[in-house]
Amino acid sequence: MSACTLVSVSTVLGCHSCFRVDMFSKGTKRKFSDDGGEMSDESLGGANVSSSYNLQRQSLLDMSLIKLQLCHMLVEPNLCRSVLIANTVRQIQEEMTHDGSWQAVTEAFCNGSQSPSERLVATEVLCRSREQDAEPKLFSVISYEGCREEEVVADETLCSVSVSDAASNVCLSESVGHCWETGELRVVESDEETSEGSRLGPGDDDDDDEDDEDEDEVDEEEESSREDSKSMGQVFGTFEIKNGSSGPDSALEELFSDVDASYYDLDTMLTGIQSAPKMGPYDLLDSLAPSHGPPSLGSPSNCRSDLNELDHIMEIIVGS
Amino acid sequence: MGEDSESPKINHSFLRDYVTEADVISTVEFNQTGDLLATGDRGGRVVIFQREPEDKGGREELGDAGEYNVYSTFQSHEPDFDYLKSLEIEEKINKIRWLPQQNAAHFLLSTNDKTIKLWKVSERDRRPEGYNLKDEEGRLKDISTVTSLQVPVLKPADLMVEVRPRRVFANGHTYHVNSISVNSDGETYLSADDLRINMWHLAITDRSFNIVDIKPANMEDLTEVITASEFHPKHCHLFVYSSSKGTLRLCDMRASALCDKHSKIFEEPEDPGNRSFFSEIISSVSDVKFSHSGRYLLTRDYLTTKVWDLNMEKGPIETYQVHDYLRSKLCSLYENDCIFDKFECVWNSTDSVIMTGTYNSFFRMFDREAGRGVTLEAWRESSKPRAVLRTRRVYTGGRRRRGDVGVDSLDFTKKILHMAWHPAENIIAIATTNNLYIFQDRVHPENQ
Repeated sequence: MSACTLVSVSTVLGCHSCFRVDMFSKGTKRKFSDDGGEMSDESLGGANVSSSYNLQRQSLLDMSLIKLQLCHMLVEPNLCRSVLIANTVRQIQEEMTHDGSWQAVTEAFCNGSQSPSERLVATEVLCRSREQDAEPKLFSVISYEGCREEEVVADETLCSVSVSDAASNVCLSESVGHCWETGELRVVESDEETSEGSRLGPGDDDDDDEDDEDEDEVDEEEESSREDSKSMGQVFGTFEIKNGSSGPDSALEELFSDVDASYYDLDTMLTGIQSAPKMGPYDLLDSLAPSHGPPSLGSPSNCRSDLNELDHIMEIIVGS
Repeated sequence: MGEDSESPKINHSFLRDYVTEADVISTVEFNQTGDLLATGDRGGRVVIFQREPEDKGGREELGDAGEYNVYSTFQSHEPDFDYLKSLEIEEKINKIRWLPQQNAAHFLLSTNDKTIKLWKVSERDRRPEGYNLKDEEGRLKDISTVTSLQVPVLKPADLMVEVRPRRVFANGHTYHVNSISVNSDGETYLSADDLRINMWHLAITDRSFNIVDIKPANMEDLTEVITASEFHPKHCHLFVYSSSKGTLRLCDMRASALCDKHSKIFEEPEDPGNRSFFSEIISSVSDVKFSHSGRYLLTRDYLTTKVWDLNMEKGPIETYQVHDYLRSKLCSLYENDCIFDKFECVWNSTDSVIMTGTYNSFFRMFDREAGRGVTLEAWRESSKPRAVLRTRRVYTGGRRRRGDVGVDSLDFTKKILHMAWHPAENIIAIATTNNLYIFQDRVHPENQ
């Protein structure tokens, strides 16, 4: 880690003195130009004065998720740190579901906002120092190898997903370096291809109907907390797997009973803790196809379930 | 190593800042008499310093009287590899604890993330001479040359310090060991990792008793880990452990074999006015220490250090702000991971002063009676040997004095995490990244 300079980081995150107490209470600061309540801020069209708070909270959520995913897989990660970050994520998500902020986030994507790039910036700052550390130690043996699109698509487990999923598969591989650049290129392309509303699913359709919105919120709450625990589970599930106490009874263990040790490592890499230094979660979001099927954990393929788990995390963020 | 006016303008700063990863000190500990000081580093080495005997002839202002010099160095732990998980096990020494001395030899426990080792440190300053069958170099003599018998005698020889591993306590921990603590009974000790605490007998290496287990049945439900643990200095059945949620649990081993149920829980209710997303992280206790008297507990969380009375569970009796000016910077400190730094805290010998570290090579000392704190600096640029430490200040508003450091100028890579206080005198050992500073109070060498 290079010498820390606080000032630049604060600027990146868009907050001058970061998370002061008063910045968490709604409606206190940063009144945007209130011309009839119409938001001039392009990033959160429709949001009110608490948009700055929401933006900061969102940044914190993104940062936390990235921290959970970025791991030095050479040495076992610090459990205390992971637990604290996971608790922070849970806290943010609880608060976000309580005040229905999922809606606002959804709308943010409606407008093809610049917020993904903002998050990218935050990610960049985080990941710059990490890049060197992310090691391609556990080399992919499934056909992610080389991260070439043709190979990825050719993999039978991924055949059912559309081409724009290839980028996400690139992310799932541990190989860093040129692979990531390939992934980024793919994202740019798929951004152009994919329409903005494509990812947003049911929440978007029911915008007009207030009753449905409430239902959705409730559903989102349940789903997000369920998926939340699932994604949290992935973080600690990895620890569980690593520590091997459950032995042959573990469901995941069964999946890999006929697979050799190198696949075992691959699995722990893929479930929840993945190196994604240059891809922010929203890039992943943009590249995932709208027609992505429902989670099928019964699938024999670990990469398929990984996609699902990643999907769950994305769904939590977007709430769709 | 300051820049002299005579030397050409070569920029040596890169040399100054270059730190070998392996040399980073990771733990510091005095033994029970204070004559020995052990440090452990990230490379798995232990360096033991010994205090030179003070010259009683009143020549303390000269020479090395009362100073610590290197006594022995040895490699305690080697890097290891867990083949099942395909992960490296760091050789970094997390903690060193000395055993009370029982004979001429000294014993210490050192631990890395997984394995605890008992080391015997002994001196040899004599050697036998006058063997009948061997000559001085140890070569076998030709028997025909031996005409008379002699009894070998011990003759003084150069002092040799031998360090040998006597026990290896392995395979006791699935998670990373963060604390070890020797019991007052002199026979047992505890080792704590993130989720479990084990009790060992010093003579038995193939077995340990699990006394605390907070691992949930479903790891998805994990929200709290153990951060530190220590035995009571006088009561061999009591120990305390701290958690990442800021709670302290006092456990009595007489109550049950598995001490998952605490006897007392010490927790300060959260201040709703100060609540933020970082509240939990900054409440995580990084270190807990019993006072020498056994009556109080000292804890350190990210921004404060607190003194607790064992008789009062509802909150600390004293709270000291270590670096409150960081409260508005928590977001940045979260981003660069500094918010997860684990600072240690220590008592002085009479439990009247407490000390802990902070950033920018600063450390803080709080006088409990006066209720005041000072900031001192451990940085070779500003302290020559035997110079008096001057107090420092972080500028947070008001009148700015010369020498004040602004909050944005603080160097967060220079953190003082590890320190120790001599058990009887006012001598402190402060570990910066790869340097050890030993400060002695010449004015009041012993506490009144």
